[in-house]
Amino acid sequence: MAQHEKITMAQAFNHALRDAMTDDESVLMFGEDVGALGGVFRVTDGLSAEFGDSRCFDTPLAESGIMGMAVGLAMNGMRPVVEMQFDAFAYPAFEQLVSHVAKMRNRTRGAVNLPITIRIPYAGGIGGVEHHCDSSEAYYVHTPGLTVVAPATVADAYTLMREAIASPDPVVVLEPKKLYWSKEEVDLDEAQPGIGRAVVRREGTDATLIAYGTSVPTALEAADAAAAEGRSLQVVDVRSLVPFDDETVCGAVRSTGRAVVVAESAGFASVASEIVARVTERCFHHLAAPVRRVTGFDIPYPPPKLEHLHLPSVDRILDAVDTLQWEDV
Amino acid sequence: MPSHDLLPSDEPVQLLDQHGRRTEDSTHRFPSDQELLRAHEALVVGRRINEQAYALVRQGRLAVYPSSHGQEACEVAAALVMGDGDWLFPTYRDTVSIVGRGVDPVDALVLLKGDWHSGYDPTVHRVAPQATPLATQLVHAVGVAHAATLRGEDTVVMAMCGDGATSEGDFHEALNFAAVFKAPVVFFVQNNEYAISVPLARQSVAPSLAHKGVGYGMPGERVDGNDVAALLSVLGSAVDAARGGGGPQLVEAHTYRMQAHTNADDATRYRQDDEVEAWRDRDPLLRSEAYLVGRELLTEERRSAIAATAEEVAASMRDGLMKDVEPVASDLFAHVYATPTPQLREQAAFLDEELSREGAR
Repeated sequence: MAQHEKITMAQAFNHALRDAMTDDESVLMFGEDVGALGGVFRVTDGLSAEFGDSRCFDTPLAESGIMGMAVGLAMNGMRPVVEMQFDAFAYPAFEQLVSHVAKMRNRTRGAVNLPITIRIPYAGGIGGVEHHCDSSEAYYVHTPGLTVVAPATVADAYTLMREAIASPDPVVVLEPKKLYWSKEEVDLDEAQPGIGRAVVRREGTDATLIAYGTSVPTALEAADAAAAEGRSLQVVDVRSLVPFDDETVCGAVRSTGRAVVVAESAGFASVASEIVARVTERCFHHLAAPVRRVTGFDIPYPPPKLEHLHLPSVDRILDAVDTLQWEDV
Repeated sequence: MPSHDLLPSDEPVQLLDQHGRRTEDSTHRFPSDQELLRAHEALVVGRRINEQAYALVRQGRLAVYPSSHGQEACEVAAALVMGDGDWLFPTYRDTVSIVGRGVDPVDALVLLKGDWHSGYDPTVHRVAPQATPLATQLVHAVGVAHAATLRGEDTVVMAMCGDGATSEGDFHEALNFAAVFKAPVVFFVQNNEYAISVPLARQSVAPSLAHKGVGYGMPGERVDGNDVAALLSVLGSAVDAARGGGGPQLVEAHTYRMQAHTNADDATRYRQDDEVEAWRDRDPLLRSEAYLVGRELLTEERRSAIAATAEEVAASMRDGLMKDVEPVASDLFAHVYATPTPQLREQAAFLDEELSREGAR
């Protein structure tokens, strides 16, 4: 493709799949509606026409079957990429994912590895009806053996998908639905940090916002708003939930001494909770205030007309920043 | 294909009756003398493996053993009908099949000994790790078969499960996927009447489990699971059909689990002694032996050679499983990812340090 083209995140994922399939004949893409339709979000657009129905194909409508078939294909030399059509439609595949995908390397003491990429369009903010907006990352990050990434930028969508497919281990790629149509001018050949690395998206000196996936743009917006009020907020994009980049995240927090973790999922026993615990354990002496969380409520994902009340907002982030003990009390 | 072509026969295929006499069945191929002698040896060895494993549980050398005592004909035939390049997907009860594919019994029992979750390299013998979550392995079998098809290889996959597993969602998904993708898989259901304590009547009211095939557009067949001749014939045909491009096949063997689910189970709580006794008369070894003796194929010499082989296998199991393998603590972290995460490296160092402190005490 031409360099510095303006493309959407969905197109970046598509380019990553196309390039991976071109480079490696063992890469297969399958799932529900990924063939002729090109996926309900068009992420697999054109792949079946370009690579044929044996490389990119529709399956019967059964997620456990899709995930289990990927296990067998990977055991026999293939590099499967599967699409779970929506976050909450991935749950029937959970047993296969937890009991087999995540454990095969361990069960066989490294004799069998499963290079499977599990694509899951995730999270809300799109006015979706129930079962279409779950932030299900906590289930996956809690499963040893899985690598879990959540890109937030167009460039990362390409890089992290390519790395996921190239990985010798199973990788869950959480694709932020809300950002599928976000556009950026990117050079896909430009190297981005890989899986396992967080990046500082915005420098700042007063406090650190830690976010991933759909929450990164919200955090950046909050930092803009704070700057207008004279407060300098740093924004860290976690990108890779597993492995987690303690070094970059903690380095950032140490530099400001204050932190707020922003995530869309329910906050109880969440990725955000884990980040707070890790930062607190590692940076306690650098902290001027307890680390705060701005997350979704501990409720089932709300209906479209109420979701704005649930999702982390710029105001909620700024309010949380305000509570970080700026003056001794 | 007309749907009646997919239906199993009204009664399970039987080539030897329970006294070891040939039945009047003339539609199924009767195995050769050589095949039956080889199968008989495997039956005797298989029974000895079951007995030895049971004894090793009582001696505390195995944590648990789900025995295939009474089902050895199924175990043996499944392994014998496969080609070298074929794959086996076994359950926890299929140790004898795994050994039939060339895995050392000691390695096959590592899971049940508790040293690790699996004791053999699945790629060497093309035997998947034993599956404990029911029916989950059937879907993997479809993937392995489909990968072979995509590469133009003529691999067949033997996917084993029990009657209880046919109630699981993955049984349905596996059969449907296999049929839609025309994957060369033989789904082999050992119907031993019980899923731990729950009888077949609580799993399904289908005319037979083999009848389920028609719903997927897949041929189903029923076979006497204690008749090794019938099993070799029916499973052999199923493997040939799958290899020949006929798509997946479903075979249900009617058999009986003579012992409890595992040594930890108490079968007297859910089944009567007279039911078990009736099945004792249908023992697969007695039947095979009666036929071979009647045909003067099983000489005294041959019989003692087979017994000696079985004793050798048992002795090697005792030797191997009596050995204490010192578990390596760092193994806990070695195979979670190709490259351990920074967090796992930290935890491994923590454990290492803790153990070295304990060692120093």
